[in-house]
Amino acid sequence: MVDMTYKNGVVTAKLYGEIDHHIAPRIRGDIDAQCEHSRPSRLVLDFGKVGFMDSSGIGLVMGRYRMISLLGGKLEVVNVPPNLQKIFVLSGLEKLGVMK
Amino acid sequence: MKTVNEMKLSFISKSANESFARSAVAAFLLPLDPTVAEIADVKTAVSEAVTNAVVHAYPDTFGTVIIEAKLTDKGHAVIKIRDRGVGIPDIKQAMEPLYTTSTDERAGLGFAVMQSFMDNVKVRSTVGKGTTVTLEKNFIRAAYGQK
Repeated sequence: MVDMTYKNGVVTAKLYGEIDHHIAPRIRGDIDAQCEHSRPSRLVLDFGKVGFMDSSGIGLVMGRYRMISLLGGKLEVVNVPPNLQKIFVLSGLEKLGVMK
Repeated sequence: MKTVNEMKLSFISKSANESFARSAVAAFLLPLDPTVAEIADVKTAVSEAVTNAVVHAYPDTFGTVIIEAKLTDKGHAVIKIRDRGVGIPDIKQAMEPLYTTSTDERAGLGFAVMQSFMDNVKVRSTVGKGTTVTLEKNFIRAAYGQK
């Protein structure tokens, strides 16, 4: 799921465990509620502790990109582990310039 | 190639079962001595196929999803994910990357992931009768006779 912190205009969402179609809507709800409340200039999605992810995780990132853009903020995706690199590359998300 | 093991799994199309399905298939493949990357590939592809059944095959109801898997003595795995749902009217269109009929946050990458992560993907579907997705993969270490 997700642990969130807010500091100096930045929401950091530390994702952990498995991200699939069953889990993604709950993570989305938590992140969006925090961002609507805090109105951050930056949303950081930290994938360091994610053990498994299918394309639901890609949908989650794309949706958060849209959400934070509408709020006038920027998205950053950090700490993508080696086992998730393949699906991130396939998704073409690096073209959005959000992968750090 | 000789089939050395087979399994059949049946469950209802609840999203909570997506995790169960991919983990069960991964456990079944362990005798092939898969690498971590190979297991991740199969789990991801199975998760995509099962999610398609949950989301698209039975849009307003629950139905049965069946997984049948076979292993051969040459380290080849065949995994079939079958539903008796609404079917896919245009398979070619459904398999195009980024195509999705879902209003939810779906990336439209399910079939692209399956094709990229498996050696072979086949889709058979009849509108009103259901869909069968067949995923195939060769496991390198098993193919060289270590197992």
